[in-house]
Amino acid sequence: MASLPLVREKRRTRRPQDPARIPERGGSRLGYWLYFIPGAILVGAIIFYPLLRNLRLSFFHWRGGRAEEEFAGLDNWIALFSDTEFLQSFKNIFLVILAMVIIPTLVGLVVSALLFDVVGRRFSGKLSSFLRATYYLPQILPIAVAGVMFSWILKPNDQGVLNQFLSAITGTDVAINWLGGSYGTAMGSVMVLMVWIQIGYPVVIFMAALQRVEPQLYEAAELDGANWFQRFRAITLPMIRPEVFVVSLTTTIAALKVFAPVFILTAGGPNKSTYVPSFYAYNEFINGTDKGYAAAIASAITIVVFVVAVIFIRVQNAAERKDA
Amino acid sequence: MTTLTTSPATASGTPKPDHNKTRPRTPSEWILMILAVLGALLVVFPMLLLLLNAFKSPADYANSSPLDFPEALDFTGIQTFWETQNFPRALWNSIFISGMVAILAVILSVLNSFAIGIGRVKGRTWIVLVFLMANLIPQEMLFDPLFRLYDDLGLLSNPWSVIITFTVIQSAFGTYLLASLLGTFPKEILEAAAVDGASRWRILRSVIVPIVRPTLSVLMVFFFIWTWNEFLLPLAFLNSSDSLTVPLLLEQLNGERQTDTTTLIAGTLISIIPTIIFFLIFQRTLTRGITAGAVK
Repeated sequence: MASLPLVREKRRTRRPQDPARIPERGGSRLGYWLYFIPGAILVGAIIFYPLLRNLRLSFFHWRGGRAEEEFAGLDNWIALFSDTEFLQSFKNIFLVILAMVIIPTLVGLVVSALLFDVVGRRFSGKLSSFLRATYYLPQILPIAVAGVMFSWILKPNDQGVLNQFLSAITGTDVAINWLGGSYGTAMGSVMVLMVWIQIGYPVVIFMAALQRVEPQLYEAAELDGANWFQRFRAITLPMIRPEVFVVSLTTTIAALKVFAPVFILTAGGPNKSTYVPSFYAYNEFINGTDKGYAAAIASAITIVVFVVAVIFIRVQNAAERKDA
Repeated sequence: MTTLTTSPATASGTPKPDHNKTRPRTPSEWILMILAVLGALLVVFPMLLLLLNAFKSPADYANSSPLDFPEALDFTGIQTFWETQNFPRALWNSIFISGMVAILAVILSVLNSFAIGIGRVKGRTWIVLVFLMANLIPQEMLFDPLFRLYDDLGLLSNPWSVIITFTVIQSAFGTYLLASLLGTFPKEILEAAAVDGASRWRILRSVIVPIVRPTLSVLMVFFFIWTWNEFLLPLAFLNSSDSLTVPLLLEQLNGERQTDTTTLIAGTLISIIPTIIFFLIFQRTLTRGITAGAVK
């Protein structure tokens, strides 16, 4: 998952009057624009052309191919708000955020503190970094591959690991259709996969953050009789707050864009109940009859992503100003 | 917190730096350590299951529990996977695409961030925001227009459709990261180079790039692995069987109804192996990189 070192840069680059950092007699800064040419052309063609095209298309009805585009005004956008599948897909995003942001961050806090404080200090640093690497491993596995692995474990018939395992324990033939049976088991399975994938990211980031905390603080608190949990709350949490922020920002944005786990495990089923917005948009572009509507779904997600990013940055800036 | 620093620990000077190691480990610490190990085992458990079941014959798999060891080492699954799927081709496609993206995206990031961080061009705050947006945009917003664009250019099912797309997406992140790094590049070095009469291009190539090379290699490793793991856009652009990447090949196998379970298990295991090898080689770079991106 990309870690975006957001904000804080602004201050450094705000004043446009700064001279270029390579001193040149009579040198013009215009020459530097030459270095932008490849980047500007490519970003324009690959990012902003599709962005504008889809935004425009969201105000049209279009069947695709050679069909005529038909102006629709706000039809598509209004239809979104009464579209049960669309609303369901956004409701599911809250569960995705639980599985990709909240649970991994909380578990990550506990695991990283455990690895750093107990395993790293009281046992061995080597064991601690080995365990950290193990927790991180699912992060670099292709999500598609991880998804196929979980879909094997959750196969509906007696070929699935979980069913075989439950059969062995209970002594009867268990054949639960985890991924296609009911909304509860299907969404639950998708969420387990997400937690499994995400756990390593906060663990690694928080462990690095803990290294910044001065050990004397802990020892002092320990001598004052503070127990582990009190130390964690009074020292650790405030010290690693910036990292908690970065982790929740980047994973929230990843959660809004989530696609592969749903595509591979449930394909949106059963009965379209596990739809997430990006899967819905993808599906509408490919199988739907109105690409204009698909474009409206995709544009809506894009707007939500940008709004969430801006809110996070604002909150962070405000918090910093209060600290300063 | 200020009161804590002046507490008896520093005042009396009794606890030595190795205080923590000499005190005997308490039972609760042992329990916590075991819990941490169990948690890690839980994380690798699905992969251990793969390993345990990839070498079972179909009959053995049907009759045993997934936690049992195989009766005998059997390579039917692996053989079927290897014979029915062109895995080497998919592996090469993945390596070619991810490798090209890693190199091209780093070059593009360096050029962009040179203009922003060193050239300090006008409106650079906005330019940085534009690149940030490029990195945030959901892929389903790009997919349909790009599909039509590449269709017109005849690039569908061609690795270059994916290479071009992800070069731009990854370089947006790289530009963002490098622009702030170059913004703090030591001025004395730049001045010395300029006094020696080096041109801008020469300074970039022979002074700046060698100095920031460690960061560039971290970026390259990340671009490689992110591109390797991409799913949505490759799924949309790469449709012919000889253009598939490793994740796409496995996903397709998973979708085929007649696929035998042992073949699927073997295929999953084989698809994980390149990632594990990469992980073992670059483990240090990876952990350094994620933290470097987050902590400032």
